Amino acid sequence: MLVKQLSVFVENKPGKLSAVTRLLADNNIDIRAFSVADSRDFGILRLIVNDPDKASEVLKAAEVTISVTNVIAVCIGDRPGGLAEAVECLYKANISVEYMYAFVEKSGDDAYAILRVENNDKALEALTEGGFTILSAEKVYSI
Amino acid sequence: MENYWNKEIECMSREDMKKLQDERLVAQVKHVYENVPYYKKLMDEKGVTPDDIKSTDDLHKLPFLTKSDLREAYPYGLLAKPLADCVRIHSTSGTTGKRVVAFYTQHDIDIWDDCCARAITAAGGTKEDVCHVAYGFGLFTGGAGLNGGSHKVGCLTLPMSSGNTERQIQFMRDLGSTILCCTPSYAAYIGETLHEMGLTPDDIKLKAGIFGAEPWTEEMRREIEKSLGIKAYDIYGLTETSGPGVAFECSEQSGMHINEDNFIAEIIDPDTGEVLPEGSKGELVFTSITKEAFPLLRYRTRDICVLSRKKCSCGRTLIKMTKPMGRSDDMLIIRGVNVFPSQIETVLIEQGYAPNYQIEVDRVNNSDTLDVYVEMNEEQFTDTVKGIQDKEKALTAAIKQILGISPKVHLVSPKTIARSEGKAVRVIDKRKLHD
Ligand SMILES: [Zn+2]
Repeated sequence: MLVKQLSVFVENKPGKLSAVTRLLADNNIDIRAFSVADSRDFGILRLIVNDPDKASEVLKAAEVTISVTNVIAVCIGDRPGGLAEAVECLYKANISVEYMYAFVEKSGDDAYAILRVENNDKALEALTEGGFTILSAEKVYSI
Repeated sequence: MENYWNKEIECMSREDMKKLQDERLVAQVKHVYENVPYYKKLMDEKGVTPDDIKSTDDLHKLPFLTKSDLREAYPYGLLAKPLADCVRIHSTSGTTGKRVVAFYTQHDIDIWDDCCARAITAAGGTKEDVCHVAYGFGLFTGGAGLNGGSHKVGCLTLPMSSGNTERQIQFMRDLGSTILCCTPSYAAYIGETLHEMGLTPDDIKLKAGIFGAEPWTEEMRREIEKSLGIKAYDIYGLTETSGPGVAFECSEQSGMHINEDNFIAEIIDPDTGEVLPEGSKGELVFTSITKEAFPLLRYRTRDICVLSRKKCSCGRTLIKMTKPMGRSDDMLIIRGVNVFPSQIETVLIEQGYAPNYQIEVDRVNNSDTLDVYVEMNEEQFTDTVKGIQDKEKALTAAIKQILGISPKVHLVSPKTIARSEGKAVRVIDKRKLHD
């Protein structure tokens, strides 16, 4: 049920970010979702892609610093206030969320959230019990 | 039990040693003044005559010699004896500019051998030992120095030179080498090779090693000691001052005793040349007091270290020097504090980072800034901003503890720090642009 997310270390220097996205594009890797966490000196680009293994190989070969993290993709678009409910559900189960970001399906109205939590097993259990739809990795990579 | 080669000298009272140094210094200055026009000129320019040097208390009056003096005087300008009285030369590798050539009379070599004999004895060597000399032989002083010392002690000497490591280990096993003399990096390599050959320290008889001629850390010492099953001793010297054996370590392994009957050590402020009191960190300066062919008065080694007269558990009264902490040419003065890149490097290694870093010094609003860029590896990269900032804070605190001033640490991607000809550019001092 877990999705592989690539985190890429990007220094705040001209051309650094575009070099990463260009590299992925040249290797036919599609970005499904992303977010950027920023500080003064550097950013961390978080990516969900169609082929995380290939993407990580390509980036490593180019000596880009990356790490692969398992995250949860949950459907939040099939009910009103879905995101708020999902966060509440985790809060009640005492699971803290380190960060999250949302994305939408290309065709259709469904919205999804990527959640990075401290304990994936407990979070999956709480969300499933709360009636949320968890997306499989295959589904996310092929959206 | 401690072993001495020359107990009378090594454990001499401070008072007697000073008297000996006073006499020898006066004679050495006279010898140099009369026989080395290059140094006579320096003394004349400073208005100092041999008569002004009555004891070691007057040492500070003499002019310094630097490596560039040695290059300028190449090859014979600092020679104090006719060539007919000299029996050998040694030379530095001379990677930058002209090489330095040092000359020896037989008497100079006898004293040098004696200094090395003290080092071997302090490491537990006696005539019963088999001394395996794997320093390079030739122009380099390492092989010749320890070889001579080993002969003097009466060890069975194996003049192996370096290289062909499997053969080295074969000899060690067949002939039962008990003391290994080489560079620390080669000792580490011999240890690795031993294990690759499927052998353990139990398969060899080594008990001690005498390692020098390049910088090494305490961590490296522990690794070598473990991989070869020995106690590892440090030794210090420069081609300019004869070679290894100027200072040597005892069983306490906490700094090297300087052979004060042959060399007077001073610590100076590398900027002002002012002599600093015992315990201060600064540039090490040596004055030879028994040399015939190539005597050097107040030679600036560019090595940064600390001298100490604290009582040593080995019983020797010879002053101790710490392992060199850096080179004075690398010293930066930031907010009035002396900073050596090697200090920052030590912190990085201790904290698990590779020593790939760059120091950037600048002046903003009349105040110096210190930025340290450090390459992190994939294991050190965490995917949250806070995770990386926490690592930067931890490094900042560790560096501040050593330097006394707070840097700004930036973690960067591997292989992003500029390299020229394979060597990383360590220091960028932008303040010079403003001057
Ligand atoms: Zn001692």
